This record gives sequence, C-alpha cells and structure tokens, in this order.
Amino acid sequence: MENLLELKKVEAFVQHYHILHDISFEVPKGEVTVLLGRNGAGKTTTLRTIMGLNRVSKGSISFKGESIVGRTTFDIANSGIGYVPEDQGIFGGLTVGENLRVAMKKEDEKTTERLEWILELFPDLKKFWKKEGGQLSGGQKQMLSIARAYVNENDLLLIDEPSKGLAPIMVDKVTESIQQMKEQTTIVLVEQNFMMASQIGTRFYIIDDGVTVHSGAMDELKEDKQSMKKYLGIS
Amino acid sequence: MELFISLVINGLATGMLIFLLAAGLTLIFGLMSVLNFAHGGLFIWGAYTGVWVFQMTNSFTLGIVAAILIGLLLGLVTERLVIRPVYGNHMQQILITLGFMLVLQELIKVAFGPDQKAVFPPDFLAGSFMVGDIVLIKYRLFIIAVGILVFVIASLILKKSRIGLIVRAGVMDKEMVQALGINIKLVFMLVFMTGAGLAALSGILHAVYSGVIYAEMGLEFSILAFIVVVIGGMGSFPGSLFAAILVGLAQAFMAYYVPALSLAVNMLLMTIVLIFRPQGLFQVKG
Repeated sequence: MENLLELKKVEAFVQHYHILHDISFEVPKGEVTVLLGRNGAGKTTTLRTIMGLNRVSKGSISFKGESIVGRTTFDIANSGIGYVPEDQGIFGGLTVGENLRVAMKKEDEKTTERLEWILELFPDLKKFWKKEGGQLSGGQKQMLSIARAYVNENDLLLIDEPSKGLAPIMVDKVTESIQQMKEQTTIVLVEQNFMMASQIGTRFYIIDDGVTVHSGAMDELKEDKQSMKKYLGIS
Repeated sequence: MELFISLVINGLATGMLIFLLAAGLTLIFGLMSVLNFAHGGLFIWGAYTGVWVFQMTNSFTLGIVAAILIGLLLGLVTERLVIRPVYGNHMQQILITLGFMLVLQELIKVAFGPDQKAVFPPDFLAGSFMVGDIVLIKYRLFIIAVGILVFVIASLILKKSRIGLIVRAGVMDKEMVQALGINIKLVFMLVFMTGAGLAALSGILHAVYSGVIYAEMGLEFSILAFIVVVIGGMGSFPGSLFAAILVGLAQAFMAYYVPALSLAVNMLLMTIVLIFRPQGLFQVKG
C-alpha cells in the first residue's frame, strides 16, 4: 500500500532539549496509525515536528512523496494535513461558528457539505454555534477541534490524545466520530487510552524515550502481553 | 453644566487621539507579542508629513492621506527590518525599537528642521459654534467623529471579515492559526502596517489639535498610549477605546481642577489597574 507519510530517523529538539532521537514510521494511505507510549515518550513532539512546530535536526519527513522538512507550518498544513493538538487549540474568544470559519480554506459547495456532515456528527456544535469556544465543555472543545481539522478536505489528520480528560461517555462519542472519519481520511492518532486506540487503529508504533521501539498490526499488539507491559505499563 | 460638557468634549477628543495611537499598539502587542517603542516615531512622521502636505497643498484631506501613507510605508519598513529579527525576545525589542524611535525622531529634525512648527486647523474646521450656552469647538468634534468612525470600521472588520477573524484568532493562539494553514507572518505585517497607519493618522490630527509640532512629541504621547494599552488589556481593541476615553477624561478634568496632577492621574489609574486587575480591564480570552 502507498505510504502517505514517512519519517526516517528523525531527531528533533524542543528549545535546548533533545527529545526525539530516532523516530521512523510509515503511514499507509487509508489507514489509522496509532502512536503509543508512556507520558513524555515523545509522541506529541513527533506530531508537532511533522507540523513544522519543532525543527528537525536530522532525518527526513516526506508527505505524499515530498520532503516537508524545513517548510513553514502553514505551508505543511496547506499541503493537506489537518492537526488536532493535545490542548485542542480552541480560540476561546471566538464562537463555535467563528472557530470553524477561521479554519475553512474555501467556502465552496464541497466544504459546506463537509460542514453539514460534521454538524450531523457533532450536533452539539450546531446547538452551541454562537457560544464562545472558551465556554464549551471539554468534550465539546474536543469535538470542535476535530471538526475544525476535518472541515477542509485534508489527506491526513494528526490527532493528539483526543480522549484526554474526557468522561467515558464522551470518549465513546469521540471514538465513534473518528471511526466514521477514517472511512474518508488517513489518520495518525496519538493515544494513551489503549481501549480507544485498539478500537480505531489498524497499525501501531510504540515510542519510548524519543525512539520508535516497536511496531506492528494493532490486533497483534492486543495479544502481545509482554510488549504491552514493557512499553505501555499495561498488564 | 456648560463647564462639565466642555471638559467631557476635551476629554473625549484627547481620548480619541490616544485611542488611534493605542489601537495599533494593542493589536501589535496582542498578536505579535511585540513591545514597539518606535510607535511614537510613526506618530511624529505622520504629524510632520501630514502637516507638510497640508501646508503645501492647502488640503487637509491630502495631508491626512499623506500621513496615513507614510505611516503604512514606515510600518512596512519597521516590521521587515527592525521587528522581524527580534520576534520572541522582549528585551531586544525594547532596545531596538527605542533606538529606532530615536532615529526616527532625529531624522525628523534632519528632514524638517529642529524648530517647533505652528499648525493651524483648516478653515472648515476652525472656530466654534454655540448650542444653547455651550461652546462647541469644531475641530474637537471632528476628532471625536474620526475616532468613532475608525473604531466602528475596525470593529466591523475585526468582527465580520475573514482577515479580522484571523487577527482575533491570532491574538489568542498564533501557533494554531499557522496549523490551520494561515501565513501568520503576512498577517503580522498587515497588522503592523495598519497600526502604523493609525499612529500616523493620530499624529496629523494631534498636530492640528495642539497647534504645534516638535520632534519629541512622539515619545511623550506614546507613553499615554502604553498606559492605555495596559489599562484596556493588552490585545483588546474595545479595551483600548474604553481606556483611552478614561485617560482622556481623567486628564481633562484633572487639568482643570488640579493641573499639577493631570499627568500623574494616568499613572495612578494604571497602577490601580495593575494592582487589582493586572490583565487589564478587558482581558483577551485565550
């Protein structure tokens, strides 16, 4: 299968700290690739580095066959990558509608159709259309953040810990929405909630101390108790 | 009553002049996190260029247009050459913009001479008229009208247009705006130029208001603008209007009743706000 995104031996710094030492993975088109690992392993830094928010010091990142190392964040985003950050990145003083309008690169028929689809998927966003982003609940903010990344026709979505801080019922809702999105878009998902990750993901990479240490099919990992315990602390 | 209304109009006119200068400053700080002490330099260049064109052509409108144009141009040059290399470093920003402010100030003396210059309002804005027992000075009403017009237009742009939405979003979270595919540096430049244009507009309006221009007035007046930005809340456009009116009124009333404290009152206002509401009266939501 064709790889949409490829990272080879990527190293990156956050300010003066060497966080990523050797990150390599491939994201096949049409699949959900999950990045797993303990807190502080380098998963969020990996996504930020792909987006150009951290500088790559060594290695290569290619998207749709072209290198994106050294390109600006807005250029990377415009090449077809949507990003849902760990802190959701909601503009607290803008309404739900305005948060979505800022993200919309076009206001054509196709984008309108996508917006309508999103609002059906997340009816709360329609209900609270004129409410400021800062006044939404954690789950609603997460929905808005995902909707904002999905409203444009992106080839790839990078989603960072969508279940973080959410009530179980909201986690189910977010899981369901990502499952629907994966029918149309390739996804890289960073997730600590193994249950959620295993429901959505098709393949996985485990990151430990800034290095990709293990990979395979998600179904295999469920049976691999040793790796789960060793890298994820799950027994 | 007549005295009260007269002082209110004085205060509003001064407030609007400060608002025009502070509006750009607050957006520049809010969006770009840049402490621009060169803002006063753009103000004096607007004042001198506008007055020069006004006196050469006898057209106040052309003077205003020239002031805004020089503001936009100097804004472009300042952002590209002075500000861009020091993004993210407040200490360097203070030093370099303060230095550039002095350069702009000295260049005024080279271009227009070191002496103070008298400025008179255009005929259609000179003088006053009576409403009942109240004397209304035309030029002060004109300044208030310009201030309101700028506030309404800028508010509509910020609220209704896509670029306005991007600027507001950028004030809240620059990184996320970039991650949505928007060239934030281009937005920075446009905001900086607009802020510079407003500073220059404030310069020409203030020149005619005060009746005299001199190279050092930029630094003096920009201190008031900084006070307004702190009181209103850094990055808040409505906050800068509210605070500018507050400062203008406080100055007008104190100048009449306790002249010795007319400047100190603004510092006092800022100190009170910093103690009880350090984020300013209108906090920008993140």
